[in-house]
Amino acid sequence: MMPGPMGAPARAEAARLSAIFEATGAQPVDTSILQPADVLLDLYGEDIRARAYVTADPLRGEMMLRPDFTVPVVRAHMDEGGDPARYTYAGEVFRRQETDPARPIEFLQTGFEIFGGDPAQADAEVFATIAGALDGLDLRPSTGDIGILMAAVRGLRTSEARKGALLRHVWRPRRFRALLDRYSARTPLPAHKKTLLASADPFAEAGPALGRRSRAEVEARIATLRAEADTRPLSEEETALIDMIVDLRETSPNVLSSLRDIAVDMPAIGDAVTGLSRRLDALSARGIDVDTLPFEGSFGRTTLEYYDGFVFGFQSATRADLPPAATGGRYDALTRRLGQGRVVPAVGGVIRPELVVQIREGRA
Amino acid sequence: MTIRLGVPSKGRLMEKTFDWFGARGLTLRKNGNDREYAGVVEGVDGVELALLSAGEIPRELAAGRLHLGVTGSDLVREKIAGWDLRLRELAKMGFGGADLVIAVPQSWVDVDTLDDLDAVAAAFRRTHGFRLRIATKYHRLTREFLREHGVADYQLVDSQGATEGVVRNETAEAISDITSTGETLRANGLKILSDGMIHSSQATLFRSGTADWSEAHRATLDALEDKLGF
Repeated sequence: MMPGPMGAPARAEAARLSAIFEATGAQPVDTSILQPADVLLDLYGEDIRARAYVTADPLRGEMMLRPDFTVPVVRAHMDEGGDPARYTYAGEVFRRQETDPARPIEFLQTGFEIFGGDPAQADAEVFATIAGALDGLDLRPSTGDIGILMAAVRGLRTSEARKGALLRHVWRPRRFRALLDRYSARTPLPAHKKTLLASADPFAEAGPALGRRSRAEVEARIATLRAEADTRPLSEEETALIDMIVDLRETSPNVLSSLRDIAVDMPAIGDAVTGLSRRLDALSARGIDVDTLPFEGSFGRTTLEYYDGFVFGFQSATRADLPPAATGGRYDALTRRLGQGRVVPAVGGVIRPELVVQIREGRA
Repeated sequence: MTIRLGVPSKGRLMEKTFDWFGARGLTLRKNGNDREYAGVVEGVDGVELALLSAGEIPRELAAGRLHLGVTGSDLVREKIAGWDLRLRELAKMGFGGADLVIAVPQSWVDVDTLDDLDAVAAAFRRTHGFRLRIATKYHRLTREFLREHGVADYQLVDSQGATEGVVRNETAEAISDITSTGETLRANGLKILSDGMIHSSQATLFRSGTADWSEAHRATLDALEDKLGF
């Protein structure tokens, strides 16, 4: 028989971490391993199929082996949870690996989630509690804040259509960049679009409408393209400010001071920058050395899309080959999507006990 | 030692494969009657012929049950995760060419690129309440391609045949399918996105990295490669 991937040391580590989270008052929760696929597909789109195991039940339809705990915990909270509330959980998650056979397909996660309360305080508490639980392992923290980039996009002096398209692709940096280049006229309008918009009858060679997307929908898109072509390009200044935010990579105090400068020209990020400042104060009050705490403007943008505020990770300095031992962030928008319009501010993080054990053994 | 060569068991792909080896002085022949799925290779010693469905050859190569195999490069990429770690391309054979492409209705005059497809998928989801459906049997290649290009709000639906008809039947809005000339797509009212080429496939001779390659097996392979001229 193959040895189990977790083993007793990882189980013991998971129990140790659970006790730390429970000591903050977090309520232990359990979730099913099999989760309905439709909720996860709706949230993550087709990409989740490459990362989660899909199976089927004759009565319930497609099911997935839970790829994480966040979604089921949020659903349980939105159904019956109080406000504020805090939870902890521990158990296996399952990840398909399509490229790297060395990566584990099942591993433990021990997590800590806070719903409601003051966002800066809750962010700081989750980060500091996880940092404390991992003390002595020589881990390098990373932080970021996707909410600042989102606020900057919302504050652009341009059409709502453009802002919506950019916000939709905050988590896909490549397409975000392509859109930004187009909206700022750094890349020209493609020839196909020029021809289409100049045409007296765009449907001359279209043939009959085929499939579920109607002629009216095509006409609506052409109207959108026309409006887009008539919209003034984003100014050099605004595009440069977005570039600056995306490229930030400094200690937190230096980033805060850069962002305050940017906020003079882009007042829309003011609240988000104040939030960062309050979070740094709260972290400092909890004993985190914020003067050396790194901040990256693009950190967390390539993970599965639900973080929309503070994001963080802890990576081993000695075992840079390993995935981060802990990750987390704020996901207010996820609660809106799973709560049918009801929003509860939420922040959380997970630790991977197997990685903690590996890192600790490496240091022994 | 005997090495096993797997080739497609029927149709033009089999004939072209036999011709390709024949032009290099190796005669591939089925044993006995047409129903046999074993054969011989004449012109070199120690090569055993196995006739299989082209779709099964990638899996047999990856499992190491075949030393060598002829199949479409699209099938290997679709069916074998991390294929380039387990198989090696020995020769592109110059036939069986087909492109895996993304195609949409010609009536979508506003759509020419993946960028358009992505914008349309967002609007389609808002209007119809479900994600735009792309029919395919190449799930992995299609999904990887669309992820790499940042296309969102679509879903893949499985289609194992007559994929070009699904849009007319309204079981999908777009397709990702194999085409050699594009003629069937055009006849079904579809057009290929200008940047919608996922993979240009052709029949390819692969070598398994996981099969038993003892020194004796290698000697046989060397002799075969000499014959084939590489």
